[in-house]
Amino acid sequence: MDLYGWMQLALFLGLLLLVTRPMGVYLYRVLDPEGKTFLDPVLKPVERLIYRLMRVDPRSEQDWKRYAVSLLMFSLVGTVFTYAVLRLQHLLQLNPQRVGPVSEHLAFNTAVSFVSNTNWQSYGGESTMSYLSQMVALAFHNFVSAASGIAVAAALVRGIARHTAKTVGNFLVDLVRATLYLLLPLCLLYALFLVSQGMIQNFKPYETARLVEPTAEKTQIIVQGPMASQVAIKMLGTNGGGYTNANAAHPYENPTPLTNFLQIFSIFLIPSGLTYYLGKMVKNRKHGWSVWGAMAVLFLAGVLLCWWAEGAGNPRLHALGVDPAGGNMEGKEVRFGIFASALFATVTTDASCGAVNSMHDSFTPLGGLVPLLNMHLGEVVFGGVGTGLYGMLVFVILTVFLAGLMVGRTPEYLGKKIDSYDVKVSAIAVLLLIFDIMVFTAWAVVSDWGLAGRSNAGPHGFSEILYAFSSATANNGSAFAGLTANTWWYNTTLAFAMLIGRFFFIVPVLALAGNMAKKKVVPESGGSFPVSGVTFVLLLVGTVLIVGVLSFFPAISLGPIVEHFLMVRSNAIF
Amino acid sequence: MKDLFAELRASIAATLLLAVLCCGIYPAVVWGIAQVVFPGKANGSLVKVDGKVAGSSLLGQGFTAPKYFHPRPSAAGQGYDAAGSSGTNLGPTSRKLIGDVQQRVADYRTENGLPPDALVPVDAVTSSASGLDPHISPANANLQAGRVASARGIPKEEVLRKIRAHTEGRYLGILGEPRVNVLTLNLSLDGKL
Repeated sequence: MDLYGWMQLALFLGLLLLVTRPMGVYLYRVLDPEGKTFLDPVLKPVERLIYRLMRVDPRSEQDWKRYAVSLLMFSLVGTVFTYAVLRLQHLLQLNPQRVGPVSEHLAFNTAVSFVSNTNWQSYGGESTMSYLSQMVALAFHNFVSAASGIAVAAALVRGIARHTAKTVGNFLVDLVRATLYLLLPLCLLYALFLVSQGMIQNFKPYETARLVEPTAEKTQIIVQGPMASQVAIKMLGTNGGGYTNANAAHPYENPTPLTNFLQIFSIFLIPSGLTYYLGKMVKNRKHGWSVWGAMAVLFLAGVLLCWWAEGAGNPRLHALGVDPAGGNMEGKEVRFGIFASALFATVTTDASCGAVNSMHDSFTPLGGLVPLLNMHLGEVVFGGVGTGLYGMLVFVILTVFLAGLMVGRTPEYLGKKIDSYDVKVSAIAVLLLIFDIMVFTAWAVVSDWGLAGRSNAGPHGFSEILYAFSSATANNGSAFAGLTANTWWYNTTLAFAMLIGRFFFIVPVLALAGNMAKKKVVPESGGSFPVSGVTFVLLLVGTVLIVGVLSFFPAISLGPIVEHFLMVRSNAIF
Repeated sequence: MKDLFAELRASIAATLLLAVLCCGIYPAVVWGIAQVVFPGKANGSLVKVDGKVAGSSLLGQGFTAPKYFHPRPSAAGQGYDAAGSSGTNLGPTSRKLIGDVQQRVADYRTENGLPPDALVPVDAVTSSASGLDPHISPANANLQAGRVASARGIPKEEVLRKIRAHTEGRYLGILGEPRVNVLTLNLSLDGKL
């Protein structure tokens, strides 16, 4: 854990702190249909035109059920759209490599994967997808699944901020405004910056280079295509679906340490701003910052453990004469080194991003435990755009409820009484995800189709399967990528895990939003539980950890933990 | 039912309109500006030798001859396949990983005339994440300098100077790690850069 790592960590957290308020204020304007932004002169006419063509009145609002129906319908249309493009890509334009149609189960898995903001990839982008599929079928969802996440977060925050109200906003209006005023302008600048650092953006066929030292191969085929426009939204929208198989480890997809730093930073940019949006909306900025603080604590714990484990390296290799000073560089790039790889792995799973700049499958057991556990905690550490905030707010409700139980008073949250309905839907949301991961993993590890996918034997093979279903359920998309998942069974089961993880969480959250909006506000009294300050932060961190760690401790014991002890205390190899 | 139909209609309209914006206009604008302002980078930072493409300065290439610096082991295709990026995805207690590294450590010591107990830089014997890592660590490059110098019959000092010229430092002195670009270093040793 060298000085340069500490400096990068300080810079990262410092910059994040700095952008949270301006980002939050901007989000406040974007998520208010009447809000004014500096982009209005250009974008307002476009926005009006879209509403007119959709036949949507931007001033009309929806109750939570109608909001949910809109979201589900839009997601369904998007799934069909993407499935169709993938199946027909060989007949469509922009396919200079003449790649064939995507198989039925892979197209289904991929469509669900991008609709649910997971971006799990059972395929290698450069060998499977045409430029059109990348740009239209996949990048479309990078935008709109991110915007949908923001919309749901906005609906929940409105529900909390309003009282005696029936409605929580209008889904299509939230969707359009988040895409138009937030994601598109940021991506435009970001993509151009990425090109300036060496990321490709063209429509040429793959390049053929004559090798400098010809061996059995005489040439090197070099991937091309419209990469920068896709990578910008892939990071900013916490999607994470790589243009190439190696994702952000590919030198084109992440050319320099500066692009690496900004890619990590852009994962947290919007989620961090959303905590400020929360504080501003509920007129309790300290609450927003306390949620930010709890997230920062969990983030630091993860990154420090991962950094330490990867820096300590693999003692089995040290015994062979490998210099221990270099840490664990298997599956890592020299330009990033240990710290920037550990930071990326932690942040991409704190959020529901799932892009990787190093291969998590080759991490040390404890280094790989951090991304796995982050997903088990529900990706509420800043989290995905929108999903992180509404996930954390579910934990806030549970925390307030637990605190109420401890002191024996009716739990209150920001002046509203928390009733059994709120606690039930929150608990259902959390438990369904745990159930989803556990049941699918258990099924896979006792099935031939499940075991056949492993590329590593022993406890690491179990970790590969557990990681896959955790990643799918948590809508992350990163993998212990040795797993061969492009089979009918894996593609289908993972697709259902993703659907459950996304929509069986969103619907209870919207129900919570609707119920919160209905409530009356009771004046705060001396007995009200304060939702800001150190006590609240610690209780919130504790609740997240207890739910996540207690649920998954048996599973992670069988995987990373036993593997760690085998690595340091035995000579067992698999 | 009428409501659902209205939702469906609006959803289809939203899908088409946002697709035009996010998947048509946006990438096209990025493409247009990128091709005008950063044409070399937008097209892959290609390196040309005698007017023909010899690779990309961002992507690694395989080298095995003693007169060239050797890159890291690669798991992309048959090695450095720039249309099939991949890591090994081997776990830390993998029999294959440990066997491979044992072999590579022995080979590295032999090739570079190192004593049998010499510590070997970790990047020299482990595969990168992409299989296309263009870089090696300065420590790894320095250990290979003697072999390259004697294979080329030039003073080691000159090779070390070339290494320094192709070493990139941390960005702003903070971000990332110091590194040596193997392809451009080898091309410059051949006098082709």
